[in-house]
Amino acid sequence: MILAPIANLGRWTRESVAGAGYAARTFVALLRASAGLWRRPRLITDQIHFIGNYSLVIIAVSGLFVGFVLGLQGYNILNRYGSEQALGLMVALSLLRELGPVVTALLFAGRAGTSLTAEIGLMKAGEQLDAMEMMAVNPLERVLAPRFWAGVIAMPVLAAIFSAVGVLGGYVVGVQLIGVDEGAFWSQMQGGVDIWDDIANGVIKSIVFGFAVTFTALFQGYEAQPTPEGVARATTRTVVIASLLVLWLDFLLTAFMFNK
Amino acid sequence: MPNLVEIRDLHFHYGERAILSGLQMDFPRGKVIAVMGGSGSGKTTILRLIGGQLAPRSGHVQVDGQTIDELDTPALYQIRRKMGMLFQHGALFTDLTVFENVAFPLREHSNLPEDLLHDLVLLKLQAVGLRNAAQLKPAEISGGMARRVALARAIALDPQLIMYDEPFAGLDPISMGVTANLIRKLNDALGSTSILVSHDVREAFLIADYVYFLSAGAIVAQGTPAEMSASSDPYVKQFVHAETDGPVPFHYAGRSLVDDLGLGAAE
Repeated sequence: MILAPIANLGRWTRESVAGAGYAARTFVALLRASAGLWRRPRLITDQIHFIGNYSLVIIAVSGLFVGFVLGLQGYNILNRYGSEQALGLMVALSLLRELGPVVTALLFAGRAGTSLTAEIGLMKAGEQLDAMEMMAVNPLERVLAPRFWAGVIAMPVLAAIFSAVGVLGGYVVGVQLIGVDEGAFWSQMQGGVDIWDDIANGVIKSIVFGFAVTFTALFQGYEAQPTPEGVARATTRTVVIASLLVLWLDFLLTAFMFNK
Repeated sequence: MPNLVEIRDLHFHYGERAILSGLQMDFPRGKVIAVMGGSGSGKTTILRLIGGQLAPRSGHVQVDGQTIDELDTPALYQIRRKMGMLFQHGALFTDLTVFENVAFPLREHSNLPEDLLHDLVLLKLQAVGLRNAAQLKPAEISGGMARRVALARAIALDPQLIMYDEPFAGLDPISMGVTANLIRKLNDALGSTSILVSHDVREAFLIADYVYFLSAGAIVAQGTPAEMSASSDPYVKQFVHAETDGPVPFHYAGRSLVDDLGLGAAE
């Protein structure tokens, strides 16, 4: 049938639009359900503790190795132009503007995001969310909202840790092992990094990623088929969707922020 | 009003598939009412309609004089505080201890001081015989115990209506007897009304005041357990005596064996 591909395209489009609309409505419902949280900040701080702990080790170790690699590659490239003194600046800018927020968000999706999806999905499969509703407690407010804000708050902190450890990694390789001048490494960094252009933009990025990744993880868990296969599939979807979303948003934000 | 819950001309569909059609049911205050029927007969759906988790296509569910499907969310949450529900597998919060599970509804809906809350939770656990399991996690207790913890949680706010979704499923005979006993005792002690969805004839008949039999989404028989045991209705007879063939056929409907094996007369 010649019409089949056209019909499929139409169906796919309709389903995509409906899906996006449904996700947007859930997002708004989640924001509304957050209103009651200011009376119970413990719910959020507990989750920051959990979520932060999940990801801290992997973020710190990855930051260190990314810093090592930046030190090596940066030195090799800058050396060609005789400007290896700028190594500190290059390492810092790469981390603060791009690698810190983006790699942190990708790792966060893989580590904390998947466990959030699985946790919520299993709560749904075990009828725990239904039980909560029957106890006149809104699961959006009691379960999803604290985790959401915890993710949004934890993400920039983790990105900051990633960047800080990364800079140290670049210092160890560049200065201690290769022998770039230590004074130049730090002073060029100090002189060239702008608190608004570089640091604030990086923080904004990671907050946006925090919204995107945490919401994706929670939504996938909340909408998972309440079966073992359903939860497994939802966990996979979290990684795929959150990663693509992060990379797409990064391009968008970079285009807005650094388009002089 | 003598009935805590009334169901009138209730129809419910999943998509185009009819699940419940034309139900009329009364649940008088203070009684234990059993709703029985095979798997997929729509028993659990009735509980979800009473709890407002599903909305009927037509007809009404009234709880304590309020029509459930006409309530907005805050009013629905308000009336749910008068209900307790025991889910099929307990649905305990796996990340909380037994104590915190029972404390959960109290913490969410009251501002009790910690020591009073502590005593209250222990009393609820005492009622189900699990006071000494208070500090265990749900993963560390048996299925029957989990069911009892969930029961303690369901009665934490002293509900007027307690709903049980297959409370005996997957329990050993001892736990089954214990659970059945508890359901009756708690109902009488709290002065509440219980709706018991089950397919365990023996246990349900032992504790129920009245029984509804459900088949394919419609009430096929109702009466006291004694009346039901003596019933000559073919469906009830098959169900109560666990006969393999009857109105509920042993064979899934479709082509006949003669056709499938090609044994029919040659054409």
